[in-house]
Amino acid sequence: MWRILREVARHRRVSEALPEPACEWQREGQRIQHEILRVLGRALAIREVDAGSCNGCELEIHALNNPYYNLEGAGIRFVASPRHADLLLVTGPVSRHMETALRRTYEATPAPKLVVAVGDCGCDGGIFGEQSYASCGGVARVIPVDVAITGCPPAPIDLMRGILAAVTARPPD
Amino acid sequence: MRPAGLEVDFAALAAPLPMHRGRTDADGWSACARHIAEAGGRLVSLWGSDTSRDEPYVAAAYASAEGLLWVEFELDRAAPAYPDIARLFPAAGRMQRALFDLLGFRAEQAIDVRPWLRHAAWPEDVFPLRRDFDPARRFPAAGDAYPFVTVEGDGVHEIAVGPVHAGIIEPGHFRFSVVGEKVLRLEQRLGYKHKGIERRFIGMDLGQGAQLAGRVSGDSTVAYAWAFAMAAETLAGVEPPPRALWLRALLLERERVANHLGDLGALGNDAAFGFALARFSGLREDWLRDNGEAFGHRLLMDRICPGGVACELDAAGRERLLARADAATGELARMRRIFDEHAGLQDRFVTTGRVTPALAAQLGLCGLAGRASGQAFDLRADFPWPPYDRLAVRKCGHHNGDVAARVELRFDELFESLRLIRALLVGLPDGPLRSELALPALASGAGWVEGWRGEVFVALDSDAHGRIARCHCHDPSWQNWPLLEHAVIGNIVPDFPLINKSFNLSYSGQDL
Repeated sequence: MWRILREVARHRRVSEALPEPACEWQREGQRIQHEILRVLGRALAIREVDAGSCNGCELEIHALNNPYYNLEGAGIRFVASPRHADLLLVTGPVSRHMETALRRTYEATPAPKLVVAVGDCGCDGGIFGEQSYASCGGVARVIPVDVAITGCPPAPIDLMRGILAAVTARPPD
Repeated sequence: MRPAGLEVDFAALAAPLPMHRGRTDADGWSACARHIAEAGGRLVSLWGSDTSRDEPYVAAAYASAEGLLWVEFELDRAAPAYPDIARLFPAAGRMQRALFDLLGFRAEQAIDVRPWLRHAAWPEDVFPLRRDFDPARRFPAAGDAYPFVTVEGDGVHEIAVGPVHAGIIEPGHFRFSVVGEKVLRLEQRLGYKHKGIERRFIGMDLGQGAQLAGRVSGDSTVAYAWAFAMAAETLAGVEPPPRALWLRALLLERERVANHLGDLGALGNDAAFGFALARFSGLREDWLRDNGEAFGHRLLMDRICPGGVACELDAAGRERLLARADAATGELARMRRIFDEHAGLQDRFVTTGRVTPALAAQLGLCGLAGRASGQAFDLRADFPWPPYDRLAVRKCGHHNGDVAARVELRFDELFESLRLIRALLVGLPDGPLRSELALPALASGAGWVEGWRGEVFVALDSDAHGRIARCHCHDPSWQNWPLLEHAVIGNIVPDFPLINKSFNLSYSGQDL
């Protein structure tokens, strides 16, 4: 146990002494966190749906929960069920085999709800194309989308900006 | 060349690893499979094409002591069928089912002929990779009843999970048959992410193809981009300059480190040790930011291109990466000690989700999970291609085959990759970054690379205009998904996420 405590203590000091480039975006991250809290005044619950991505976007969405971005520290949580969610964060392209599952997930999310499409493929099918025998293309072809975040994949800071854009454009309450 | 005991002549491909291609008939196809199985060879991939040459063909790639053997035979267009090889190589079962879904080539006398990649998106008598298929055509959703194997008996019930899972994970369906908490059987159903990648390749130029290959499985973008580039270079007879090869290896090892860091954090977290997730996800973030600073992309997408690389590393970047490799080595040593001494973690890891070496060999477990179950295969050490031929890669391995072994192996491989990264940074030769490359008409090439998850294989055929006639991308997850079904037998349901994470297989890479 003492090794863990020592490790915790060690790293708190280290991250406070982070060099410039990291601090710069940390300030931006904090600004966005405060903005989300100001707009919402409470927690935001996100349900992530992978509707056919290459998994690259998921890696960057995972990063939102690391100690640098600390999204959960701002009261924004990823939840296990759409029934608990205010916002769906959907990566694409939407494969035809995920079309029904995505629609059902949307229907299971209580209104008012927000949808953020993630990544070039979530926006318009990206490199996988707009429509084919196996792909529906962008998320908006299957469910209504409030905000689309471009990038392949979008960096975590862009994901945070996109989530903020969605909640400021149309607050859930 | 004619490998001992085989009646087929093989021609060497102009590739950096030993790869040979030979043509045969139906009898030769079966004889090859039998002989390679008896000699202890492995099935790497199985695919087919109707767009490469006048007649359709089916092909299998095997790993043998001589290297990779690409065995191919021409099919009858009117009734395309080939002898089943799943009795010899069980991993072929799902590949054969997928081959039928996409091309309508039938495996004769196959045991399991249920659809695999096809759900409801296209009818059973339409084959998307046939030359006469219209890629823009969309079909109304067909019925999607899939005959799962059911388990009956007192107190047995089913738990159906997915396709939308509870976390930030790719979609797939798991059907558990359980008694109380104990898993009697797991059956997977994948194919939810099938987005027509292989159809999309047809007619693309090299640049587009390289981008698409880098998005078959986002966590292995470097491995796929390298395998695709190697296939194109093999086909064209072009060698990338040394500096490009060293940079590629640097990128590949950086991808391995990033994924192992992410997995170790997630494994700790799945055993209720949140501290591990905080530390390892922080380390991973440092690592990805270095990627962004040094190479211009956090996940290193599109950095490898056919003929060379599309990135450069300056002296400052080199110093930065060296310093990070040194720092990470110290951090990892401390974290490993914490993992080793944590009784709660070890209690969850040890004996959980075990795949014995005998079962692993029988079913063809490969890559990282294979090495944790005594399957000592690593292309970087077995067939070291440049620049690995200068680095003497130490092959890591374990025999217990449980979650603990897969955790141990990740630590071992991290230390080895960090050593390789330092050696690559120190020895990085000067020179150009790219050789000119154009695809010759109607030729074939292959790429074979040890990605972080296992061996990634790409087979590439060019058409009469030097564009892509067919590109088959194979993920090691094809081999390893069926083993996950075995690994959970007798374990409790709450340990499934932990076992699943310890394999960390790709859905996108196998759904294509």
